[in-house]
Amino acid sequence: MFAECPECAAEIPLAMDAIVHEIVVCPDCGTELEIVSLDPPAVDYAPQEEEDWGE
Amino acid sequence: MSKVGILCSRIRVEEKLLITELQNRGVDFDIIDDREVIFDIQKNGWQYDVVLERCISHSRALYALLLFRDWGVPTVNTYEVAENCGNKLLTTSALVRAGIPTPRTMVAFTPESALEAIEMIGYPVVLKPGVGSWGRLLSKINDRDAAETVLEHKQILGSYHHSIYYIQEYIHKPGRDIRAFVVGDETIAAIYRASSHWITNTARGGVASKCPVTPELNALCVAAAKAIGGGVVALDIFEDEHRGLLVNEINYTMEFRNSIDTTGVNIPAKVIDYTLQVARS
Repeated sequence: MFAECPECAAEIPLAMDAIVHEIVVCPDCGTELEIVSLDPPAVDYAPQEEEDWGE
Repeated sequence: MSKVGILCSRIRVEEKLLITELQNRGVDFDIIDDREVIFDIQKNGWQYDVVLERCISHSRALYALLLFRDWGVPTVNTYEVAENCGNKLLTTSALVRAGIPTPRTMVAFTPESALEAIEMIGYPVVLKPGVGSWGRLLSKINDRDAAETVLEHKQILGSYHHSIYYIQEYIHKPGRDIRAFVVGDETIAAIYRASSHWITNTARGGVASKCPVTPELNALCVAAAKAIGGGVVALDIFEDEHRGLLVNEINYTMEFRNSIDTTGVNIPAKVIDYTLQVARS
């Protein structure tokens, strides 16, 4: 199962147990991405860090 | 069988491990995405036996936990814990009230009084935003010139939040600090975080290694966790040459991906054990 990176158009392999909203990193350009669909497989840019983010 | 809600912002490694743990046990659960959720304050439409909070945003977590609490939905952690841990000022105050050793800390509301407080503590000091994580915007201030500069920048460039000056003595750590994980009444695991930089967060490059959970460390961590309301928390602890262990901060949506293999403890399983226990109680 592959999705296309919106940044560099690389094919990103998605694991068989992947779930929607999971965060993945493009192996080609390093962009942090979020799985937005599994059927069809699709990713989009992950939300960017905000001031109150953390543990 | 309990119905569990997991309140998430993103599915990171930690959330996926927790979800896998629920799946392996056959637990019925929903993922509640905090970007999509709508709370109707007049109407409790939630039918969960427990909600496990895993938001990456403190503000979203705090308000969601407040609403779940008001509707009588049990949560891990509670609103009280999120409030106490999400703001360093509240954390320190709770620790001091409970007699937990913690670095000397002062709070001031103007650059002038902050400068005075800094000089009362003595250089170096660490200036921190009250709300913040992952080592962001921590300032180690070594002298008066740096103090004046940072205070002016915070006043002019920051939001009002940055003009609540939280000033902490600098602890000369032995090149590491301790991250300890408490679940309920037990310190389940701990790691050292080593770095040549004074900021040792693993998010900032600190290297993890196993730290033994001694009776002393366990007692301190459990007492500190109790002081902020208990539950599932991760504590940052300094080793001071003269005063021993000092509790620095406590995190209520703990990250643990680097600590499972390092400690050999199945941390997500322990978190789910506790969450289901809360649901049953």
